[in-house]
Amino acid sequence: MTDTISPALDERFRAAAAAEGLLDVAYDLLPDTPVGALLVGVTDHGVCRISFDPQPELELEQLARLFGPRVLRSSQPLERVRRELDEYFSGTRSRFEVEPDVRALPAYNQRVLAELARVEYGRTTTYGTLAAQSGNPRAARAVGTVMNRNPVPIVLPCHRVVGANGSLTGYAGGLDRKEQLLRLEGAIL
Amino acid sequence: MTTAVPPFETFYEANRTEVLRFLGRRLGRQQAEDAFQDTFLRALRAYPRLEHGEHLRAWVLTIASRVVLDDVRKRRPQGELPELGVEDARPAFEELAPLTEGLSASQRAAVVLRYGYDLGYDEIGEALGSTEAAARQAASTGVRRLRKEQP
Repeated sequence: MTDTISPALDERFRAAAAAEGLLDVAYDLLPDTPVGALLVGVTDHGVCRISFDPQPELELEQLARLFGPRVLRSSQPLERVRRELDEYFSGTRSRFEVEPDVRALPAYNQRVLAELARVEYGRTTTYGTLAAQSGNPRAARAVGTVMNRNPVPIVLPCHRVVGANGSLTGYAGGLDRKEQLLRLEGAIL
Repeated sequence: MTTAVPPFETFYEANRTEVLRFLGRRLGRQQAEDAFQDTFLRALRAYPRLEHGEHLRAWVLTIASRVVLDDVRKRRPQGELPELGVEDARPAFEELAPLTEGLSASQRAAVVLRYGYDLGYDEIGEALGSTEAAARQAASTGVRRLRKEQP
């Protein structure tokens, strides 16, 4: 049929929508990274979402609720974070320059994530240490919850937070991925 | 209960084929592609002002028909065409909605698309996800009911 939409026309609209600054969130799927498929979303303020094993329908609803309804797949605004992730996975990048956008989170989560951002590549810290640095040494469990709800894993390195005895403890993307990322960084053998 | 405004991606995927088909019939394939982009960019600009997610098909087709009119006007500047609202801020569908409040959703949409936008019954049928005959029926029942209610 002649009136089905061509990929070129579709991509042209998606690019124009982003170029005119009309999107609340631009997102794209990175179908095969070393940690599987990722859904990545960006706003004008930075990277607002990285999801493992994405279920696009649910993700879009959530993004629309948090940032506004103009959520559209558009690859161009994702270029920078995609490149940085590629470099990270190939071992040539040890810190991200893209900004995380965590404005939608409660103040406490933002404070903990700001401390988390200072944990360097190839190092680990503990929930308790991060809790102390965020103002309350006894809030290790709360810090665990903040890590679990980190909207931009990898860029904000919650995989570098482990239990006091060195056990990996937990990871929203699954322990296998946590181990894989720490191995990539040379933090474990 | 009203439906929430869906993420734009969902709305776009659900309506893009139909919008392109509508524009193709009105403008021909070549012009339709430019008009397609224009239609969805206008929809994107107006999207944050939507209050609910109902009748989005009819809504985007009203935008498309406005794009068609603008396009025709551009090429025939003497302009013997009817004047429609030019801003996307308040779609005519919503302007006319209060007048047609007593009607069912499909009657209301049929009346507005027929008399507000001069769409054909085949196009209205498509916009409402029904048939040409059903659209004709809905519009005529709608008009009859309005005449009774607003003597």
